[in-house]
Amino acid sequence: MARKIALRDALREGMSEEMRRDENVFLMGEEVALYNGAYKVSKGMLDEFGERRVVDTPISELGFAGIGVGAAMNGLRPIIEFMTWNFAVLAFDQIVNNAAKTLSQSAGDFNCPILFRGPSGAAGQLGQQHSQTFESWMANVPGLKVISCIDPYDAKGLIKSAIRDEDPICMMESELYYNLEGEVPEEEYLVPIGLAAVRRQGTDVTIVSYNKMMLVAKAAAEELAKEGISAEVIDLRTIRPLDFQTIVDSVKKTNRLVIVDECWPFAGVSAEVTYEIQKFAFDYLDAPIVRVNSADTSLGYAAAFVEEFLPNPAKVIEAVKQVMYVK
Amino acid sequence: MTQVVKSKKPRAKKAKAPAFSKETYLQWYEVMLRIRRFEERTLMMYGQQKIRGFCHVYIGQEAIAAGLVSAIRPEDAIATAYRQHGIALSRGISSKACMAELFGKKTGVVNGKGGSMHFFSKEKRFFGGNGIVGAQIPIGTGIAFAEKYKGTDNLCVTMFGDGAARQGALFESFNMAMTWKLPVLYICENNGYAMGTSVSRTSNVPDIYKIGLAFDMPSEAVDGMNPEAVHEALAKAAKHIREGNGPYFLEIKTYRYKGHSVSDPGKYRSKEELKEYKDLDPIKVVENKILKDKIASEAEIKAIKDLIKTEIDEAIEFAENSDYPDPSELYTDNYVQKDYPFLT
Repeated sequence: MARKIALRDALREGMSEEMRRDENVFLMGEEVALYNGAYKVSKGMLDEFGERRVVDTPISELGFAGIGVGAAMNGLRPIIEFMTWNFAVLAFDQIVNNAAKTLSQSAGDFNCPILFRGPSGAAGQLGQQHSQTFESWMANVPGLKVISCIDPYDAKGLIKSAIRDEDPICMMESELYYNLEGEVPEEEYLVPIGLAAVRRQGTDVTIVSYNKMMLVAKAAAEELAKEGISAEVIDLRTIRPLDFQTIVDSVKKTNRLVIVDECWPFAGVSAEVTYEIQKFAFDYLDAPIVRVNSADTSLGYAAAFVEEFLPNPAKVIEAVKQVMYVK
Repeated sequence: MTQVVKSKKPRAKKAKAPAFSKETYLQWYEVMLRIRRFEERTLMMYGQQKIRGFCHVYIGQEAIAAGLVSAIRPEDAIATAYRQHGIALSRGISSKACMAELFGKKTGVVNGKGGSMHFFSKEKRFFGGNGIVGAQIPIGTGIAFAEKYKGTDNLCVTMFGDGAARQGALFESFNMAMTWKLPVLYICENNGYAMGTSVSRTSNVPDIYKIGLAFDMPSEAVDGMNPEAVHEALAKAAKHIREGNGPYFLEIKTYRYKGHSVSDPGKYRSKEELKEYKDLDPIKVVENKILKDKIASEAEIKAIKDLIKTEIDEAIEFAENSDYPDPSELYTDNYVQKDYPFLT
């Protein structure tokens, strides 16, 4: 039986189910326990699991990320929550230099089954330091896997897969959409890491996106449908490893591709998708690939800047018309 | 409970009645001599370009490894920094596997994937080998977190140098370890220099053990040129930790005879300073004590010397004769997932 629950509840259900299933799973981060989570993702978990397994930390991202890495090397399965990925920058040494490399450095003797998670991306008028998108940063690093999704069904199924995975994983959520509701079954299920999902069937153009930009992509597709343009919309869900095959299959049908990516343009997710698609579907493309990214700038505070900075349906529609050579 | 011992330069101790068993003295001697000879040969092999990359030897600091062998249990975990050959050898990782690793051979302790800075052994509870200054401090704290979580009475020895003592990671780790009373034994191997920068030039507070006092962590300075002193300090700290009292911090004052790495001639320090420490050489001190106090015979000492010489010769031969890893091994051990789709 499916019921509608919010993204934050889906994430909490996923974590709680895995903590009931495996004694070695624990949650650690700022405000995760007594405060019930800065965004209430972990609400009630302290009551159920106690302070041994739901651990409030001081504001020490580097320190508690490293404690997670050490615990993972020594047999536990930590979930490390960052209040936002912007703060995880302080912990990149532990994520990039340690979690990602432990298996290689030890020639397979020690693995690091750890989940780093928190919201990524702009979330309103929060200014330059609180508005960054980290998928492409983390996905650049061999050894890590990167999940980025917004649909509650995906979030629950993927966080459960991530907790069971033997490799270190970065999961990107969305501050603005923890309230977003979606259908989630009562019964247990997993969503595999590394598979994209076709959200809308279409024939004229493929739109690839992930996380909250999926809402932009889908809104654009609906508008385009009114104009008689049939867009196929793909939700990547996992950024590393990225499911290029689903995109290639779609592009072979539509012959046109637009990528909607909240990352900055330089060496972002859109750049990687563009490279792979020109490599594997060059002969199927009827137009150069076009991408809609966040602006190649820092994001200032004023509302006008936010509007200018982020992809929106109008920008996506313009990009689609560009690849379709229509006005 | 906070305990402070005044920081002081190590001094050679006058011979007194042996406080430890014959086996312990001979064990220390063997452990230290193995490290010394291994590292001397490492430098030779580096000179012949058999060993490449960054390479930091442990010569001068052997008494710390010796004390760990006698004072810490095999079930206890150890995490350390990149000057790690000596600690790895003292954990029982073989000279052959260590030397082959330095040669970049597939028979190395981590199949040629780690090199001088990254040895690991789950079997020996050796958690690396970290090349980022101070990064192992939170990791060792996390290893201890897991021991407490699992309810063991194991501790994690978390070692770092005087340079790492200035990293923020240390302050974050000390704070959480004390707040949560984690079973972690922090050891600062203070060899006087963070690369070329002397301790007194890195802080207004040159006594590193005092950092622990800010967290009410029991903290002491220890003479690191003598395994007796090292053992006594470690054993006392380990007992405190195993009784569930939380972490302990030892600043062990030692000295490296060589430069920071093989490429460093160490011109930032005086010949007199180097000689002062060489006069305190832990291997000489222990050998002299064994002979002077008639703890063991000259023949027994010679037997250990012969054993180590043969062992290191065989390690070199083993490393020389081993194969390099196949280039395809580049793609193994990046992910546990066997069918991970690497980009090409």
